[in-house]
Amino acid sequence: MRFAFTDDQLALRDAVRDLLAKECPPSEVAEAWTNATGRTTRAWEALRAMGVLDALVPEADGGLGLTVLDLVLVCEEAGRVALPEPLVEHAVVAAPVVGAGRESLTALVGAMSFVAYADTADAVLVQDDDRLLLVPAPALVLEPEPSVDHARRVFTLDWSASDAAVEVGASVACAEAIDRATLGRAAYLLGLAQHLLDATVEYASTRHQFGAPIGSFQAIKHKLADVRIALEFARPLVYRAASSIVVGDPAASVHVSMGAAQSIDAALCAARHALQCHGAIGYSYEHDLHHWMKRVWTLARAGGDASWHRERVARAILDRT
Amino acid sequence: MDLTWGPAEEAFRAEARDWLAANVPAEPLPSGDTREGFARHLEWERRLFDARWAVVSWPQRYGGRDASLWEWCIFEEEYYRAGAPQRVTQNGIFLLGPTLFAFGTPAQQDRFLPKMASGEETWCQGWSEPDAGSDLAGIRSTAVRDDAASGWRLSGQKTWTTRGAFCTHLFGLFRSDPSAERHRGLTYFLVPLDTPGVTVRGFGRLDGDEGFAEVFLDEAFVSDDMILGELHEGWRVAMATTGSERGLTLRSPGRFTATADRLVELWRNLGEDASDPGLRHQVVQAVIDAEAYRLQTLATVTALTDGASPGAESSLTKVFWSELDVRLHEIALALLGTAAELEDNGWAKGHQFALSGPIYAGTNEIQRNVIAERVLGLPRR
Ligand SMILES: Cc1cc2nc3c(=O)[nH]c(=O)nc-3n(C[C@H](O)[C@H](O)[C@H](O)COP(=O)(O)OP(=O)(O)OC[C@H]3O[C@@H](n4cnc5c(N)ncnc54)[C@H](O)[C@@H]3O)c2cc1C
Repeated sequence: MRFAFTDDQLALRDAVRDLLAKECPPSEVAEAWTNATGRTTRAWEALRAMGVLDALVPEADGGLGLTVLDLVLVCEEAGRVALPEPLVEHAVVAAPVVGAGRESLTALVGAMSFVAYADTADAVLVQDDDRLLLVPAPALVLEPEPSVDHARRVFTLDWSASDAAVEVGASVACAEAIDRATLGRAAYLLGLAQHLLDATVEYASTRHQFGAPIGSFQAIKHKLADVRIALEFARPLVYRAASSIVVGDPAASVHVSMGAAQSIDAALCAARHALQCHGAIGYSYEHDLHHWMKRVWTLARAGGDASWHRERVARAILDRT
Repeated sequence: MDLTWGPAEEAFRAEARDWLAANVPAEPLPSGDTREGFARHLEWERRLFDARWAVVSWPQRYGGRDASLWEWCIFEEEYYRAGAPQRVTQNGIFLLGPTLFAFGTPAQQDRFLPKMASGEETWCQGWSEPDAGSDLAGIRSTAVRDDAASGWRLSGQKTWTTRGAFCTHLFGLFRSDPSAERHRGLTYFLVPLDTPGVTVRGFGRLDGDEGFAEVFLDEAFVSDDMILGELHEGWRVAMATTGSERGLTLRSPGRFTATADRLVELWRNLGEDASDPGLRHQVVQAVIDAEAYRLQTLATVTALTDGASPGAESSLTKVFWSELDVRLHEIALALLGTAAELEDNGWAKGHQFALSGPIYAGTNEIQRNVIAERVLGLPRR
């Protein structure tokens, strides 16, 4: 028994943290809100250079041969900076199915209705019943949808008319892809929540009212303590889910949904309290807090909200005879 | 990361499970917070001790098994899964015990630990006073030097002392330096309750059981060797004990995963007829939370095994388990419907006890202050 990450896993996390601090500062996220692609200028290429995008592809096939246990912390780091890139869709979901060397992949699997960053993808991994199809960009019929998060451009996708779609996976691969997608989003949400907490602690320590920092008032303290507690008891479920995927635990999907439900609730709680503790400045479009909140609000629903995941757990643990 | 148990741990689990299956009383014992029930529980404690299950993590010479923290978790899981009796010795074994290991002299350890393990001597916790609750540093009970007798005379009043009316000994804080204020000048004393000058009055808790006591001390004499840790350094020693109380040793995850399992059973029996369709997801969420607590503990034990020392993070744990316990029982009562009116529905007593979790061991308001200030670094008022 050992429930901790290895030094290598932590070193990868730190390297990605450094990279993202440089390539995805808040100004890049703000830029992505209004630019043509909804993406950053340099972060994607920097992640590719580090090998992160194809990390789950076996070494023999041009990847790093890593597992989702290595990438779960990477996704968390991406969430911390609200990275506006299809990291989960490409690196966690599609590349292990499609192979290394793609420019930019995205995915539409599980309970997702919309596909993110599809207009800049060279192909989309699509679930068709219990098969996985790869649809190349020229064959995609995309309808842009107005996401709450303007740095996560989403589309409805029509591919049925296309015979360019090729089958790249059957039912097992399909279920695994859905679990990886859910896990990746859950980890992203942990990172988003952590940033919302850190930013709010910092703000509450410097903003003064009534002659004292607002963070010295209990009503503020207790809200932020609750966010910290929610995170403390969400992370282990997400990390365990990653481990269950890697070892092929038969309950992996249930574990993934447990982690998803908990991280969604934690992130929504973080967003709610972060806004309240900031007051009007947090409500302002000019302050960047809303970039993180809106990513939480969208990722918390993409591919199933917390109730959807609880129902998935319910079917496994309550309805068993 | 490896979330599987090794063969040695599986063997330990099997041994514990087999012994518990053969020995746990078929009928539940009367409440350990009554005089009769306490005596019955001590018989059970003795059986645990004789089979070396009373203090698994302690050294063999004190009746333990030198078990690792991992094995301790496994034992606790099996203990609650087997529906074994509450541990009426817990305040000694789980709270004072670790403090004696950390601060006691070898003579004190040899004197107190074996009888604590066997249940021959039972300990209650004397922190709270009528005017010192959350603000524990407001303690007024005094320790006055008696040079002639080489010891101290203790006076004052302790209250809310769990099972104080049935225990043989008390550990507590007394103001030994009257000129010092607040956290300074307090000393940690070990006090036999049959000392002349000590009077104990038991009284009812929320459920009516005589689980509370007031302890009055009137110049009760204790010798120098009954001081735990350094003179006037009691606060530091006591904080080590409250760390155990909030964190790992008092409330192991096995307790809550077992309650969650019972809740799932209840759902299977009554869920179809539940008046509130939302209860289905509440049951699931409670199971997820119990699992989250189990996993968070595994992460904590890994860190402790790697040499980390427990800190203010134990406050996160305390808030979580105590509020989870309340939720588990509230959901059960909601499932029971009108049967929730009755005392003997299998959940009412547990519900009333769960409600004390957010109060004892430092209220959850105080824990949230600690989290905000010492974990998050928010400014003090
Ligand atoms: C079942 C049970 C068993 C117990 N067993 C023992 C025992 O064995 N030995 C022992 O010594 N004690 C024991 N206690 C007492 C326990 O430690 C105290 O109840 C606890 O420390 C709170 O003190 P109080 O009850 O005086 O409440 P108070 O301190 O008066 O608090 C009342 C309310 O005010 C709030 N409050 C107080 N200060 C603050 C603050 N700074 N910020 C925000 N809110 C605040 C509290 O959170 C609480 O909600 C037990 C209590 C219970 C319920």
